[in-house]
Amino acid sequence: MKKYTYTEQKDTRSGFGAGLTELGRTNPKVVALCADLVGSLKMQGFIDENPDRFFQIGIAEANMMGIAAGLTIGDKIPFTGTFANFSTGRVYDQIRQSIAYSGKNVKICASHAGITLGEDGATHQILEDIGMMKMLPGMVVINPCDYNQTKAATLAIADYEGPVYLRFGRPVIPVFTPSDAPFHIGKAVMLNEGTDVTIVATGHLVWEALLAGEALEKIGISAEIINIHTIKPLDKEAIIASVQKTGCVVSCEEHNCLGGLGESIARVLALEHPTPQEFVATQDTFGESGTPKQLMEKYGLDSIAIIKAVQKVLERI
Amino acid sequence: MNDTLQALIPQTRRDILRMVHKVNSGHPGASLGCTEFFIALYHKIMHLKPGFDMNGIGEDLFFLSNGHISPIFYSTLARRGYFPVAELSTFRLLNSRLQGHPGTHEGLPGIRVASGSLGQGMSVAIGAALSKKLNKDDRLVFSLHGDGELQEGQNWEAIMYAAGNQVDNLIATIDYNGQQIDGATDTVLPLGDLKGKFEAFGWEVLTIKEGNNIDAILHGLERAKAKTGNGKPICVLLHTVMGHGVDFMMHTHAWHGKAPNNEQLKIALNQNPETLGDY
Repeated sequence: MKKYTYTEQKDTRSGFGAGLTELGRTNPKVVALCADLVGSLKMQGFIDENPDRFFQIGIAEANMMGIAAGLTIGDKIPFTGTFANFSTGRVYDQIRQSIAYSGKNVKICASHAGITLGEDGATHQILEDIGMMKMLPGMVVINPCDYNQTKAATLAIADYEGPVYLRFGRPVIPVFTPSDAPFHIGKAVMLNEGTDVTIVATGHLVWEALLAGEALEKIGISAEIINIHTIKPLDKEAIIASVQKTGCVVSCEEHNCLGGLGESIARVLALEHPTPQEFVATQDTFGESGTPKQLMEKYGLDSIAIIKAVQKVLERI
Repeated sequence: MNDTLQALIPQTRRDILRMVHKVNSGHPGASLGCTEFFIALYHKIMHLKPGFDMNGIGEDLFFLSNGHISPIFYSTLARRGYFPVAELSTFRLLNSRLQGHPGTHEGLPGIRVASGSLGQGMSVAIGAALSKKLNKDDRLVFSLHGDGELQEGQNWEAIMYAAGNQVDNLIATIDYNGQQIDGATDTVLPLGDLKGKFEAFGWEVLTIKEGNNIDAILHGLERAKAKTGNGKPICVLLHTVMGHGVDFMMHTHAWHGKAPNNEQLKIALNQNPETLGDY
């Protein structure tokens, strides 16, 4: 098992903020919009250096999505910022018609995704956003795993022409991807080669998958661990190649089991390589208040849950 | 008013009526009611570059928020040269670029955003207006909205934003015909004092009382243009008659989304003689 270490822990939203600040310096087409959550989205760096290219919309997310669509007419690249809940479900029809169906080059950047938002509780903890966004034709869906990868993803989507949903979170988590690692949209990252089981993880669950892999190694199970930062388009070749070797898969995501990464993987495998699969995800439920760690444990999203899922899927082979 | 504009009015109404009749669907009522407005806008008021590009830098832009009146939009774009007039015969047919509601997906020249799900166009128009300001492009952004459409809350987010941020290169026109699908707006959900509401939000409001008189429209829109650049977005309350130009379609919501039958078409076309050639 390849050893992953980290020297610091950071929030992925700060990776977004750092990426946006860099884009402010390097890409004059980039503009940013926010619906009264500048601090939470870490957008102040961009604003300080580019006040003319920032639009404070107020608490009016529907208007923000429409204005972002309009800004593309005139060759701007708008990055919208608010919580994942208000970036998707609240404004689904605006995204659907004015951005996705209209093919607009808008980057919907969504913080506080998933249950690790924590104490604010279920009203703010969206666990359905990946499903909603991946169902929109033409929408790219990205959920990076740590600070460095979120920064790299933020830079990469500016160079991609078309609508993108970029999902990141609030808690501080280990920074383990190299700061100079290239980010290729739609390309899986092989974290550890193994032979007994494939673990495909996205977002905050990638680190948990690495912890699970180390624990599994100690009990003699060799896990292949793949980081899927892009849920759509899905790197199906990487997944199929891995399960051809291991014969089983566990998908891991901070999202409802309905509509998330796991279902995308299941579809690919059902069509091309039927394979036993277990889903580490929330089980069609809303969240609740608590610390991120407590919630990850209660809702079965931590390394222990991944280990259990691996043991279960191995029994099914 | 010159002869070309005069000739376009009945011809455009013929286009609308024939389009919806052929497929027995679509929205003739407000299309007929906005005929003079579209002709004035596209043939006199807006500065337009030849051809079409999505960014529209250096030209005036128009956004149709109430996308269901696509027949008047399509006829206007075709007769302004954005695409062949003959293509109007494909309205709402399978594999057509002329979808039931306008979209960019099929690449129809002249359309910059999809509309149909109501209440979204003003936000998009504001975004395009902000883009023009960033690009130091002093051309204007026009938009059209149904009066019933103002029941959608997103409009009021946009109305608040535009005034609060001095989006003064935007002229948003409201098709004030007082009708919507289920009946009069006063019975479905009253709009109240629309002029007072826009003014209270900080807009400059102009009224065109004769919204089916092209001279009155030209005069009103020129006044609106003269008021741009002064720190306030401009609202034009355009009083139109739904179904204008076809006597039995006027002053009722009955033809909001209903096509005429063969006999009704014949009567309607007789009231709007062919001037520039049917498609």
